[in-house]
Amino acid sequence: MPVEIDIAHVARLARLKLDDQDLETYREQLGVILDHAAKVQSLEGEPQVESAHPLGLENVYREDKKRPSLDRDEVLSQAPEARDGYFVVPPALESGE
Amino acid sequence: MNKPLHDLSIAEAGEKLRSGEVASSDLVEAVIKRAHLTEAQLHAFLTLDSEGAREAAASADDDLAKGKDRGPLHGIPVALKDNMTTRGLETTASSQILAGYVPPYDATVVTKLRDAGAVIVGKTNLDEFAMGSSTENSGYGMSFNPWDITRVPGGSSGGSAAAVAAGSGLGALGSDTGGSIRQPAALTGIVGLKPTYGTVSRYGLIAFASSLDQIGPLTQTVEDAALMLETVWGHDPLDATSYSGEYPDPSTDLDRGVDGMKIGVVSELTGEGYEPAVESAVSEMVERLEGAGAEIVELSLPTFEIALSAYYLIAPAECSANLARFDGIRYGLRAEGATTEELMAATRAQGFGPEVIRRILLGTYALSAGYYDAFYGQAQKVRAGIQEDFARAYSLVDALVSPTSPTVAFKAGDRVDDPMAMYLSDICTIPSNLAGHPAVSVPIGLDERQLPIGFQVMAPALGESTMFRVAAEVERIASFEARAQIAEVVG
Repeated sequence: MPVEIDIAHVARLARLKLDDQDLETYREQLGVILDHAAKVQSLEGEPQVESAHPLGLENVYREDKKRPSLDRDEVLSQAPEARDGYFVVPPALESGE
Repeated sequence: MNKPLHDLSIAEAGEKLRSGEVASSDLVEAVIKRAHLTEAQLHAFLTLDSEGAREAAASADDDLAKGKDRGPLHGIPVALKDNMTTRGLETTASSQILAGYVPPYDATVVTKLRDAGAVIVGKTNLDEFAMGSSTENSGYGMSFNPWDITRVPGGSSGGSAAAVAAGSGLGALGSDTGGSIRQPAALTGIVGLKPTYGTVSRYGLIAFASSLDQIGPLTQTVEDAALMLETVWGHDPLDATSYSGEYPDPSTDLDRGVDGMKIGVVSELTGEGYEPAVESAVSEMVERLEGAGAEIVELSLPTFEIALSAYYLIAPAECSANLARFDGIRYGLRAEGATTEELMAATRAQGFGPEVIRRILLGTYALSAGYYDAFYGQAQKVRAGIQEDFARAYSLVDALVSPTSPTVAFKAGDRVDDPMAMYLSDICTIPSNLAGHPAVSVPIGLDERQLPIGFQVMAPALGESTMFRVAAEVERIASFEARAQIAEVVG
């Protein structure tokens, strides 16, 4: 089964700014890997259930109690840019014309 | 014979510490010296924390002098794969996107090691975000195999494996998503173990594929692996997938032998692609296990043929979601961008290496609209099929065995340009990750080029006692005493 990949769309979904040459290389490599991966479609018969976890995990809850959190200054010291207890980022939207 | 201190097993070092023959500071100095003399050739470490290690050793010695014994890892120098967070000590997961990142918290395993008196000597190299089988995907240069420095040490925990094989740590922790502890252990002639999913906390393990990732030990001996595992595992409320029931005892059956056990040989994990030296060493070991009283049963587990395909959909899918957090906002690298979105896309393209980008793209594709059912959904069904195949096998046998890796250590550069060839390195190890079961690699010999061969023992979930029972017998039969002969060079 030849796999169609709109690689520019996938890269945009993944927030990766790649040039055309890199995109083409990745498209070819993904094609080879997906050809191999398509063998999953050869699974025969049962089971038709999906499994994501081995031990049948159930959701867990913790007590809704206050506990110490990470130190704010220590956390913000790792930020590329921070000010007054906040992370600094460029505008989320482009300014309108 | 007096072994050099850096060649001691954890159990041997523990005895010498308790008898007063050596101090933790002696062990730590020996290991640091060894690291200094081998690092120029091996590049096992990204960060050596000599100062921190010396302080921790002094404190371990003080405690012992006061009669305060924190257990089997007390005073023992160990190395940590650099995808486990260490407060105040740089942690990069070998990615440029985390260059300079100093975590504000310790991973639970780090807290446990510190509480047990263990001494962390440094952070070891890995394939970027643990994605790879050779360390060649590290963002800081690859590691090399102490048995032959033109070859890879395996991966992704290749730095941890090289460090333990070279004596730059008496043990190490790695993480295993598709074989990343067991395969490098096999390729460097040491023991490497992935425990049952959920038994070792993933809190502070930089996530790759959360439903598969497990932390585990790399050590010289099977007994040491049990000692390290007992120290780091246990329920942790900080990890929502942590197992909260009864834990098995890894050490109880170490000396019991395999008489009366049923051991299965997986017929799918043999044949084309397996090196003859690996196959003959493995079949000889199987015969000797039979000689030791085990009943050998050959089993066919058909879904193992498509396990690799399922893995290379599930792991990238989870990775594409987990790695969304690296966006240049809160920590690590930040590239220029006029808007937040442009900044993120530029940061990620600049900070991630090619294998990580490949897997993010692959996972994003496999999860995207229109392809989910054909790829990711189908892969999850294969996963259920593998779990059923294992369940059927374990209704007939106590444990399963196979090679750990189809080949011995391969030459650096050999598989770099062929992602599929690299992925095939994990063909024997992946099924246990997909099922969440424990598995261990034990060294059983050398091929004609003096390169180590690993033997894998698999057991059902929480079957660690059984797994250790077989692994200890394999170790006794193999009596693999060889150590990598690496020239010491002043770096």
